[in-house]
Amino acid sequence: MDDLLLNQFLLLGAVLFCLGVYGVLARRNAVLVLMSIELILNAVNINLIAFGALWGTISGAVFALFVIAIAAAEVGVGLAIVLLIYRNRRSVDLDDMAEMKG
Amino acid sequence: MVAQNIFFYLFAAAIVFSAFRVVTSNNVVHAALYLVAVLASVAAQYILLAAEFVAATQVLVYIGAIIVLFLFGIMLTRAKLGRDQDLTHKHWATGAATALLLFGVMAYALIDQFHWRQTPLPADTRLIAVNGSNTATVSDSVFSTYLIPFEVVSVLLLAALVGAIVLARKD
Repeated sequence: MDDLLLNQFLLLGAVLFCLGVYGVLARRNAVLVLMSIELILNAVNINLIAFGALWGTISGAVFALFVIAIAAAEVGVGLAIVLLIYRNRRSVDLDDMAEMKG
Repeated sequence: MVAQNIFFYLFAAAIVFSAFRVVTSNNVVHAALYLVAVLASVAAQYILLAAEFVAATQVLVYIGAIIVLFLFGIMLTRAKLGRDQDLTHKHWATGAATALLLFGVMAYALIDQFHWRQTPLPADTRLIAVNGSNTATVSDSVFSTYLIPFEVVSVLLLAALVGAIVLARKD
């Protein structure tokens, strides 16, 4: 219990990542799936910054900033697509979207 | 350093609990509010790692902008605002098994590779390149080493914005 260890942050990131994966797999509402993707991206950011602190370089923080920017773009486009689906089908239930099923 | 550990475990517990509620809550708005708790606690972890600029960006961009976008998405798709039993798939156990298996593999790999006592983080994670401030170092780095990726991300954001408007507007 004295120094902060790298593994603390990596395991926290792993827990957050797996909770996000569970959300993506188990949720039926498209907006909730997008929220779970945000959890996954945050887990990756924790790892990037922890490794940046380990090696004493700023690259980890810069990459985390890029990931945050990409996440903003992803949420914007993703919610626009969800809105379009809702307008066409009156539902955002992912189980209803099975047109491509063979 | 003990204080840092106390705060690490405090915020880690907050992250795990809130993230669990995000993926299990029966209420869409509650899930969005628990997501706020996750993002704020992750920002606190960034501060523990001395990445204060990323923490500020996290609060501004994620909590300030992305959560508002999510709430707009919830309202515009007229999700049921109270409890809703249909939010989780009936085969959720398969997803839980997949996530647990994934966590087992990741935890084994991490503990095997970075043994607990052998990789402590540096006690002082401030970089001394520019006046001892990580924010100054980040800005120097973004506008020199990472200038081209930075510009590419700007163009990507613009393209995503235009694309979102084209997709979402009514003709």
